[in-house]
Amino acid sequence: MSARLWKIFGGLRLPGFKAMSMSQATRAAPLAKILTLPLKQHIGDAAEAIVKVGDAVLKGQMIAAANGYVSTPIHAPTSGKIIAIEKRQTPHPSGISTDCIVIESDGKEQWIEIENTKNANYRQLDSSALRNIIRDAGIVGLGGAGFPSFIKLNPGPGNVVDTLILNGAECEPYITCDAMLMQEQSRKIIDGLNIMRHALQVERCIIAVEDNKRAAHTMLVNALQEHEADYIKVIQIPTLYPAGGEKQLIKTLTGKEVPSNGLPINIGVVCHNVATAAAISTAVLEGKPLISRYVTITGNGIEQPCNLEVLLGTSFSELIDLCGRSNKAEQFIMGGPMMGFEIADDNVPVIKTSNCILVQSKKTKPDYVMPCIRCGQCAEVCPAQLLPQQLYWYARAKNFDKTQDYNLFDCIECGCCTYVCPSHIPLVQYYRFAKTEIWAQEQEKKKSDIARQRHEFRQFRLERKKAENEERKRQKRELLKKVNGEKDSAEDVKKAAIEAAMARVKAKRKAQSVSPANITNLTEEQKNAIAEIDSRRKKVKEES
Amino acid sequence: MSIIHSSPYIQNNENVSRMMLAVILALIPGTLVYIHFFGFGVLINIIIAVITAIVCEVTVLKIRQRPVKPFIYDGTAVLTAILLALALPTLTPWWLAALGAGFAIIIAKHLYGGMGYNPFNPAMVGYAMLLIAFPKEMTAWIPAETHGLNFFDTLNYSFFETLPAGMSYDALTMATPLDSIKTQLSLGYTVDEIKNANASLFGNIAGYGWEWINIMFLIGGIILILIKVINWHIPVSMLGALAFMAMIFNFSDAGSYPPISFHLFSGAAMLGAFFIATDPVTAAASNKGRLIYGAGIGILIYIIRTWGGYPDAIAFSVLLMNMAVPMIDYYSKPPVFGATHES
Repeated sequence: MSARLWKIFGGLRLPGFKAMSMSQATRAAPLAKILTLPLKQHIGDAAEAIVKVGDAVLKGQMIAAANGYVSTPIHAPTSGKIIAIEKRQTPHPSGISTDCIVIESDGKEQWIEIENTKNANYRQLDSSALRNIIRDAGIVGLGGAGFPSFIKLNPGPGNVVDTLILNGAECEPYITCDAMLMQEQSRKIIDGLNIMRHALQVERCIIAVEDNKRAAHTMLVNALQEHEADYIKVIQIPTLYPAGGEKQLIKTLTGKEVPSNGLPINIGVVCHNVATAAAISTAVLEGKPLISRYVTITGNGIEQPCNLEVLLGTSFSELIDLCGRSNKAEQFIMGGPMMGFEIADDNVPVIKTSNCILVQSKKTKPDYVMPCIRCGQCAEVCPAQLLPQQLYWYARAKNFDKTQDYNLFDCIECGCCTYVCPSHIPLVQYYRFAKTEIWAQEQEKKKSDIARQRHEFRQFRLERKKAENEERKRQKRELLKKVNGEKDSAEDVKKAAIEAAMARVKAKRKAQSVSPANITNLTEEQKNAIAEIDSRRKKVKEES
Repeated sequence: MSIIHSSPYIQNNENVSRMMLAVILALIPGTLVYIHFFGFGVLINIIIAVITAIVCEVTVLKIRQRPVKPFIYDGTAVLTAILLALALPTLTPWWLAALGAGFAIIIAKHLYGGMGYNPFNPAMVGYAMLLIAFPKEMTAWIPAETHGLNFFDTLNYSFFETLPAGMSYDALTMATPLDSIKTQLSLGYTVDEIKNANASLFGNIAGYGWEWINIMFLIGGIILILIKVINWHIPVSMLGALAFMAMIFNFSDAGSYPPISFHLFSGAAMLGAFFIATDPVTAAASNKGRLIYGAGIGILIYIIRTWGGYPDAIAFSVLLMNMAVPMIDYYSKPPVFGATHES
């Protein structure tokens, strides 16, 4: 289907390396003995474990509950026993160990009761109910960032969504899990899209596919014909990295630019990944939570690159061994070569956002980093239209205010600038550094602001107390003076003090007993209405 | 444990050395024609300047305790030396090229922080220094093709300042077309009168020999744009501004102001536009900034050529605009993605 497309600024034509992992159909990876499920798998708050060590769990059983708004639950990917809840290595750029639930599978794959959770007639549910199902199924954006999907299905007050985009661009080299999913599960994706469309109450839907994924496009178009859903369009977009970046994709398809520092919802667009749509379909129509995903295992360190449907929690190393670990397997990257991150040890589990495991040989010696020659190639490829070299100067000089003047936070870390830099400067690394420093500083500032406010309030409180004491003493002195002046007895002093206190209480009572102004000067009708309400309230009180 | 790097993990195979090599290769056609018309002095100057530049570069890198290999192989020192040598008159003593190259590398490049940090184009700093310090040597040119000097004559002059019997330096050297038109316009002759009186000097459009050299540098420059080593913005805006100035004044008084073609194809116009002004380190960074920067150079060239004290003006125009680069960069920030929607 042809549609008008808009050009994005910058970008790169990258070698794809996609065919190597698409030669065979996706198969399910064998059930692993041990499954490790990190409680924190995406931005936001970590889930909270609701099982204990030694508990037996069933496949699909919730084992950790959402904890906070930006949080999603985690489910047991198979039946078995909880053998540990402890810190384990997780796929994270820092190599940090985080809390994980470890399940030893019993090999029975025994499902939890799911018959009652199927919602084939989801059209009768309102969007809030659908969001709850999606949240309870633990669904997050499966494209990479892993933002809880139910939040993106809640436009919030005052926002009108006119376009729902399914992102099947998959513009990074090597990764093919979305392409394979679109080829193999196109109906499921469209079902998921329909559910999201219903939840958002939006008319127009677009599925965007890069034009190098012919098979995926064909399968989606065929599936659509069966559905007779003419409100959904499958649009091929030019293969250009990062065409699948959310902001870039929206620009390509609608011509609209998401405001700097804004969200797609600000211009009436919601964007989800195709794999997320499939997961939503599974959750709503089949009642099954998110416990597996398509993962691409590829790179020159893999003998038979392919896509696998993997239970969450399966170790990378098992998958690499399954696909043939070659002697070039030196570097392990989760995600693509442009935006993924390297992990030191491949003994980490697949998590919800693990779209690709790229295993390759490592350069023996990194290139010598030359000074910036200001050639400006970085600015030409930057899809956010930034000036990467200026950002680099300021980030390097730790001049973080200036980096923000140059819109550091509009950087999507796509890596285009680093890819083309003839001086081989790791530009994105500098931007990540600057962002982290700024966040840390802001955190510090927030903390110190709170501390300062507390301190200031304490000072204020102490001074107020002091002033009050002074005032009390002064009053007492005055009273004494007066009494002494009249040469009255001690009882009189006491009496005067009591009188004064009583006067204060009276004044206070008077102040409190002032009735609201809007119930004076009422008409008869209003008085009756009030009486009626009062009696009703009384009745309710009595009943309860 | 191995060091973990941040993404991206792939890169194109571009690097500074390849870029500089491409620029040097693109200079070859123009240089060959230059040698054809003005003798082997061009080549001798290039060799002397390159050797001096490499020696100075290595020495300073050692003193600054920087790795020598990457900075020698980056080719910037060699390119600086070649550009300087191409700007020199062709019959000069050896020390002129050596001094210029040494000054360019040591003073204009390394004292400012080395490759990537120098605010001024090193080759043009070297050239400007020589022009001010040695005006006589720097303004005496031999005639195109008819100079009659072979390689050994030139080499002999370069190192011993002796000419073949029967030749004298003063008789051999003469003014360039740009220089003579400037002098004679000030004497009250019209452009046509000057051209007709010196037909052999002025050639078809902008000076015998010079026009061909410029055409070859133009071709080399276009190749650089096509292979994306340089951007079109600076050359186009610089030549455009120069042509625009020439057009306005030539249109108003064709007798006192030479035509566009003369300005574009004489002197170092094309060399300057495609190879000197495009030095990324010292030029403006954004495309909009580059247009402003190039236009500034073009306008300054015309002003200095027409009313200034020097016949050609690439070096001073480039250096003056180098000074303006930080300001241009500051005011030519492109709008960021999504900025148009900001309220």
